[in-house]
Amino acid sequence: MSVTTASKLRVPASVNALRNIVLFLMKSPTSLFGLAVLALLILVAIFAPLIATHDPYAQDLANTLQAPGNGHLFGTDELGRDIFSRLVWGSRITLTIIFLVSIVVGPIGLAVGAASGYLGGRFDTVMMRITDIFLSFPSLILSLAFVAALGPSLNNAIIAIALTSWPPIARLARAEAMTFRNADYIAAARLQGASPTRIIVKSIVPMCLPSVLIRLTLNMATVILTAAGLGFLGLGAQPPLPEWGAMIATGRRYMLDSWWLVTFPGVAILCVSLAFNLLGDGLRDALDPKQMNRR
Amino acid sequence: MTVSVETRNLSITFGHGPTALKVLPDISFLVEPGECFGLVGESGSGKSTVLRCISMLTDFWKGEILINGKSVRDMPLIERCRTLQMVFQDPYGSLHPRQSVRTVLSEPLRIHKLTNHEERMQKVLSDVGLPGSFLDRFPHQLSGGQRQRVAIARALILEPSLLLLDEPTSALDVSVQAEILNLLQRLREEHGFTYIMVTHDLAVVDHMCDRFAVMLRGEITEILPREAIPGCEAVHPYSRELIGASLEYEGHV
Repeated sequence: MSVTTASKLRVPASVNALRNIVLFLMKSPTSLFGLAVLALLILVAIFAPLIATHDPYAQDLANTLQAPGNGHLFGTDELGRDIFSRLVWGSRITLTIIFLVSIVVGPIGLAVGAASGYLGGRFDTVMMRITDIFLSFPSLILSLAFVAALGPSLNNAIIAIALTSWPPIARLARAEAMTFRNADYIAAARLQGASPTRIIVKSIVPMCLPSVLIRLTLNMATVILTAAGLGFLGLGAQPPLPEWGAMIATGRRYMLDSWWLVTFPGVAILCVSLAFNLLGDGLRDALDPKQMNRR
Repeated sequence: MTVSVETRNLSITFGHGPTALKVLPDISFLVEPGECFGLVGESGSGKSTVLRCISMLTDFWKGEILINGKSVRDMPLIERCRTLQMVFQDPYGSLHPRQSVRTVLSEPLRIHKLTNHEERMQKVLSDVGLPGSFLDRFPHQLSGGQRQRVAIARALILEPSLLLLDEPTSALDVSVQAEILNLLQRLREEHGFTYIMVTHDLAVVDHMCDRFAVMLRGEITEILPREAIPGCEAVHPYSRELIGASLEYEGHV
């Protein structure tokens, strides 16, 4: 009986924590904006077929470079495709990139950082020299080199971005882990016979997680910009995919007389990366351990 | 089961080469089964280091530490964990801030593949005088005294025979100190633990310990029975000074 009541009590605890974080974020206008834009992005991506007014790939060569209005909310591009619909479908690509990069980068950075911070010694030295090597490249240039070697495609862009964005997270996690490795609760875990793996997973990682999450959220803005940059250079998503950076790249040629070709994708990139930055800032306050007592 | 602890020529050096620092030159003492043995001395005299050596948290010492005649070095990890446990000084730092009491207590049970988790956790919580409902609390929802009780529960859950107490009350206020000391006293009577207790408070020694060692710069100057405190029967000048100062302080209070 006591087991069932206990499990009933425990499930809402994590749900509660999540709700508290969201409530906390909603209190400040800037992180509320971030949250709202992110929610909008996700909704748009999910309901893209319903929201888009046209087929994003349908060309209409009689109606190229139409100004906004006349049945095309944001106008049409050089092949007569509806820009609004392309932006809506492009949100899926953006979200995919963010999601894939984050689920690759987060665990790798966290694992490398927590392990080298806790274990120290030779393992730490080797791991940190590897991250040093990655950190000493400018990330866009390294992504460029990777994409150039692997061939331009969206997946390769994602791999390239992931390869260049795990080292800062590993560094962060390592710094955090090093402050906890000598804590009494780690000593207590060792006295209970916990293996190093167990200590890293159960004790070190939960302590590093908040700052890694914050860093990851702030990182997403950079990821969007890098992806857009690679798309702009023609090394990311390939035509006819409606990737925002690639849209700007093709629109650049018509920029002077058809401003809507670059403006709307540009505003979309700006809004989303700003939203992630603001959300990351808000999360930093929400996940601050000093505020734990208030919950 | 009660165990005896014997250390023979325990020595430890931190660092290498010219900067090496010999913290414990040569420590030997014997703790009888079921005894409460105190280690007193000023800050930096190596009291806590002795405990960390016995518990193998620091493992590069030389010499011998025997528990019931068996070297701690040769004990398999699982057996060592179930023989000795430690209670730390600062209850605010010794509990994982993101783990509930349930996680803290069930983790060792899982590591040692023990059964009846719920039953054991309830028993150990009632042993330290906390209600069973505390299982779902987090450290920041507990007071200092309650935290230290949880830390003691964590040490007890593997049913060890030797408890190493590293100033278990010095971070607590006076009324809570007495509660925790009485709790430790009661647990020892019920379970027949052997205690090795580090403290710098002679009143605590007088209350808890059968014998105590006075440490000065890593060396044991003298091992005295508790009865030596009131009359200041120490021989070594430093021990006399320490006990004298303590008696004088208490006289004033």
